[in-house]
Amino acid sequence: MEILYQRSKGLTDTPLHYCPGCTHGIVHKLVAECLCELGVLGDTIGVAPVGCSVLAYNYFNCDMHEASHGRAPAVATGIKRVQPEKVVFTYQGDGDLASIGTNEIVHAAHRGEKITTIFINNAIYGMTGGQMAPTTLIGQKTTTSQSGRSEEHSGKPLRVCEMLATIDGAKYIERVSVDKPLNARRAKRAILRAFETQLEGKGFSLVEVLSTCPTNWGLDPSESLDWLRENMIPYYPLGNYKNWE
Amino acid sequence: MAKVLMKGNEAIGEAAIRAGCRYFFGYPITPQTELPEYMSVRLPQVGGVFLQAESEIGAINMVYGASGSGARAMTASSSPGIALKQEGISYICAARLPCVIVNIVRGGPGLGGIQPAQSDYFQATRGGGNGDYRLLVFAPASLQETIEIVEGSFELSEKYRVPVLIVGDGMIGQMMEPIDFGEAPMQESPEKSWATTGTGGSREPNIINSLYLDPAMLEQVNISLDHTYKEIEANEQRAEEIGIQDADVVVVAYGMTARIAKKAIEESQAEGYKVGLIRPITLWPYPFASFEKINPNAKGILCVEMSMGQMIDDVKIAANGRWKTSFYGRAGGMVPEPDEIKNEIIKIIKGES
Repeated sequence: MEILYQRSKGLTDTPLHYCPGCTHGIVHKLVAECLCELGVLGDTIGVAPVGCSVLAYNYFNCDMHEASHGRAPAVATGIKRVQPEKVVFTYQGDGDLASIGTNEIVHAAHRGEKITTIFINNAIYGMTGGQMAPTTLIGQKTTTSQSGRSEEHSGKPLRVCEMLATIDGAKYIERVSVDKPLNARRAKRAILRAFETQLEGKGFSLVEVLSTCPTNWGLDPSESLDWLRENMIPYYPLGNYKNWE
Repeated sequence: MAKVLMKGNEAIGEAAIRAGCRYFFGYPITPQTELPEYMSVRLPQVGGVFLQAESEIGAINMVYGASGSGARAMTASSSPGIALKQEGISYICAARLPCVIVNIVRGGPGLGGIQPAQSDYFQATRGGGNGDYRLLVFAPASLQETIEIVEGSFELSEKYRVPVLIVGDGMIGQMMEPIDFGEAPMQESPEKSWATTGTGGSREPNIINSLYLDPAMLEQVNISLDHTYKEIEANEQRAEEIGIQDADVVVVAYGMTARIAKKAIEESQAEGYKVGLIRPITLWPYPFASFEKINPNAKGILCVEMSMGQMIDDVKIAANGRWKTSFYGRAGGMVPEPDEIKNEIIKIIKGES
């Protein structure tokens, strides 16, 4: 019988722990497929964050480090400087990258580290049960902004791609979404380009993926995708923010 | 090889390179800055990498990545900077990674000052980071001893897969002394089958990790670490002992304070007093074995530190009520004079302390 579709060899057989409707699984699959299609899986070292995707080291079928909260880009820097011929990536959420880890991500980009970052923006802290993130939208209710985030109290949400695109060492920056098959295909293309940026030695690359968190948003998976389209995409426009080509 | 005159921070760098260290991740802070400066020049000459990190936190996490990838890696800082590294040190210990960390200690707490101190003893030996972990902690008292410790530290760290912390009060970093670089130490690491070097498609992935959500598994990790620590306690206690078997008073001091104490001891001996010295070279494991050799009838043990009293806790544990213990310390960058120490010795002998 002909096999038309199977789990990517870039993923282990370990069942994912993510909540129903969460888009982490899709992004894991896309990253794994890209590493396989580029033929670099055996030459790849990944770095997992602290947050919902902390267990990513059990899922990617390549050598992995688990970093402390926010420090994945520094850990990846150490790995890449020792193994410059290898492919090194970090996989980080918005609490990890956009809050506690801003110093590390900004300076990894600023040094032009030849690493690739997959940044999951779901506008909330998932693992700890739905607290406000720097990416939480104005008016969005979380357990630490129960009346909705206010600009006066907490400022406006941080746009990571726009910020990092101002840094010379960042050579490929793109924001994508996986809310529908067309966007998932575009996301995969961006992830491939980000890894190619590293393989060609150009500098730092990052793909931000707008993602859903049905559990902590209090919506079902389908409603979550609608909420992402109606609320996140208008504030976080999809598209390429930096391209060395 | 002829003796060379070098500044402490630079000698530490050269010794590390001789020991095969090729990766240094640092951040400027007085009084250790000459070390990253030296490494920024020397490492590229030997095919290594010096990287100035965005912070001490960044630097220790780069060490975590580099060491996990199989390299001999090092970082250095001074007290407040070492405080920032504690999270990373805890992770490195949990992930069983080797590395060498240097703390050129300055006075604290807080931003403190930039003069020599020994006020990071608790931080070094009790762990500034979270969890049950230990570091192999060395406290050299001369530059010759410093380079010998640095040269052996990478091998030792890889043997136990426990980080080595070298604690030098500010004077160790800043002073110049003649050094004899002897035979080059072993530069080759043992095979690191655990390192993340890429699977090459031919083995299962290696994972450098400190997360164990299953408490039974985490307990096993702690038991395994403890097993290593017990082995280190049995094998690695180091101290210099002078005349402790028949001493009336034994001074306990480490690092530069021990050199000052030696002067006070010599002067006391010249006046006919029987005074001995225990100079811990390892702060952890603490050289408890040396205390077993102290004259059972000694009048007391005097602990001298450049702090308000931190190692005194270990001295009391070692004495275990068998001898009276007393403490003399200067803090904030103030250095004890030999006369001050001698006065304390005589007070004990005369029963005034």
